[in-house]
Amino acid sequence: MSQPEMTLTPTEAEALGREFDAIRTRVLADLGQRDADYIRRIVRVQRTLEVGGRALMFAGIRRPAWLAGVAMLAVSKILDNWEIGHNVMHGQYDWMGDPTLHGPTFEWDSACPSDHWRYAHNYLHHTYTNVIGVDRDIGYAVLRVKEDQPWDRLKLFNPLNALIGFVVFQYSLAGYELEVERMPHEITMADKRDVLRVIVRKVFRQVLKDYVAFPLLGGRSRRFVLTGNMAANMIRNMWTFAITFCGHFPDGARVFTVEEARDESRGMWYYRQILGTANMSGGRLFHILSGNLSHQIEHHLFPDLPAHRYAELAPEVREICGRYGIPYNTGSMPRQLGTVMRNIFRLAFP
Amino acid sequence: MSRQVSIRRALVSSLAEVLTWPQRIDRYTELVAPTWSLREARAKVVAVRRSTPRSVTMTLQPNAAFPGFQAGQHVNFTVDIDGRRHTRCYSPANAEGQRLIELTVGLHDGGVVSTYLHDHARPGMVVGLSGGGGDFVLPAVRPRRILMISGGSGITPVMSMLRTLRAEGHVGHGGQISFVHYARTRAEASYHDELAAMPDVRVLHGFTRSADTGGSARLDEGEAKLGPPHETGGDAKLGDLQGYFGADHLQAAMPDPDVVYVCGPPGLVAAVRDQYREAIAESFVAPAAPPADPSGASVSFRGSNITVLDDGRPLLQQAESAGLTPAHGCRMGMCKTCTCRKTGGTVRNLITGALSNAGDENIQICVSIPVGDVELCL
Repeated sequence: MSQPEMTLTPTEAEALGREFDAIRTRVLADLGQRDADYIRRIVRVQRTLEVGGRALMFAGIRRPAWLAGVAMLAVSKILDNWEIGHNVMHGQYDWMGDPTLHGPTFEWDSACPSDHWRYAHNYLHHTYTNVIGVDRDIGYAVLRVKEDQPWDRLKLFNPLNALIGFVVFQYSLAGYELEVERMPHEITMADKRDVLRVIVRKVFRQVLKDYVAFPLLGGRSRRFVLTGNMAANMIRNMWTFAITFCGHFPDGARVFTVEEARDESRGMWYYRQILGTANMSGGRLFHILSGNLSHQIEHHLFPDLPAHRYAELAPEVREICGRYGIPYNTGSMPRQLGTVMRNIFRLAFP
Repeated sequence: MSRQVSIRRALVSSLAEVLTWPQRIDRYTELVAPTWSLREARAKVVAVRRSTPRSVTMTLQPNAAFPGFQAGQHVNFTVDIDGRRHTRCYSPANAEGQRLIELTVGLHDGGVVSTYLHDHARPGMVVGLSGGGGDFVLPAVRPRRILMISGGSGITPVMSMLRTLRAEGHVGHGGQISFVHYARTRAEASYHDELAAMPDVRVLHGFTRSADTGGSARLDEGEAKLGPPHETGGDAKLGDLQGYFGADHLQAAMPDPDVVYVCGPPGLVAAVRDQYREAIAESFVAPAAPPADPSGASVSFRGSNITVLDDGRPLLQQAESAGLTPAHGCRMGMCKTCTCRKTGGTVRNLITGALSNAGDENIQICVSIPVGDVELCL
């Protein structure tokens, strides 16, 4: 697990920053009908899949209907969380002025309260990306995914923790703001009472919808609706886990010390985003289902530009990286996920 | 019986809320038809006329969520242009209580929405429409002798009052109505033919700029040029009243009215109030262009009733200096935590250098500096 060196001089970083600022300004000026049409089309597809999937599950006694229902609902939830939820909450579509696509107020179909997400993800993770001790997304405060993270005996559970996260990832995200890793020494549950209340309310609404209301409506099919919803949520969790773990944990994505990130210029911030991030290659459908987080590098450079633009920007970003001698980390999903899994096992030990 | 119905309705709506959470039921019904929303008032454009060269008249069919309006009030009209949502206040011109809403929008040079509607309004378009607002309305007990005066696109609220009064049979019941309208030219006078066909109403037109001379009085752009009467000669296109509003116009239209309604540019309102102090007025003002020198402008934080002098720094810093604690994160225009509603004024984005619109919109206060007076929901 070699870490790429930080070789860019401050002058070079400044020039790099200007190039990325120019791209950003250019895209912002070009936003318009095309972007609005795109996100509305995704929303339409998501809602249609959701309604269709849930309807099919009512006929879940027939196995093909149940399977198709699960698949449709799972894809709908994946779209809701990523290409819509994650991206809308970044404010990528705030310029449209549509209250239903408004970043600061959007709520997603996930156990994780969107306000918690906006703070931990938009602010902490995207500002202090991969800074050890600040960015809690490195291993989600539980796993050891980088050699630079200190080892303790709890890390022996690394693979087990990863497996649990794989299946119930939405609840891992939901509980993220409790900061259990700081308990009981730094904080206690009493400090997090308000946070907990928000989480409980959100989880309750989600359980009520997927595991009580829809199954009851299913009448004689209630068993199939219940298991179908469970399966769809689980598929979404697994997919989310895989996508998010491939953003910063694969080999070659660098972590930073607080010192390295202190008082950095805008150019150095861009530079750190590229060094700490990894892309995944794939087809158009794959990119959409990943919420275009397969273009994680472009996303970290321009988190508030509509994500469907990242594919268009990628060649340009890659060309700039080449000119400055910055490694551009990309690979297929199996390859990137493979290195992540290997590290999770290896780093369970000192 | 009705109680049972309302209980059942409440049950259905809370069930719908559970099933569609975290979205609203509207997010699903609107997929079937864009006007199918229970909470948001929307309307479909069912007809479009362009009866004068500088206006467009749309007939709208609102959905059930539209609460209606009183004659003279305005509604918030929302339309998406190139992906961006724009909201403008327009006063419907139809009589109150009708199913269809009629909006006549005057073309405003450089106006994003009026230009778009003028060029692109078409039947089938779906727009947002909020309920009526404003105090420019008729009293419940109608005054007997009513004088209405309007300039340019200010004709719409008084047109609505006029149509409402006529539908009520105001004149038949012994009332009197005079209607004075100023337009730049005869061709630009909206509703001219309809008004001409109202024998029970005294209708007078004044044309402040003859089409061939291209004079300087621009009624519909808010310039205060409607002061003293001013003769422009005996051109046949100049209508019943010569020049601008004054004592002679009041005399010609309706001496000693019970009530006067005036809607138009600030100059017209001022001129009417010079003659008739108690005139009930609605004025519209074109958004001011950003001043070249922003120094001395004020920044108002509406939610906390604080106004400070702009010192040129980003609004987030100015708010913090004023003792406020706005939500924020990266302070570099990236994480959007500080996104805040601007209710008025123009700002410049420090990263892009772009100027914002003048109206209601969300801005990132950590990277926005004021250009002229700015008002924020903070």
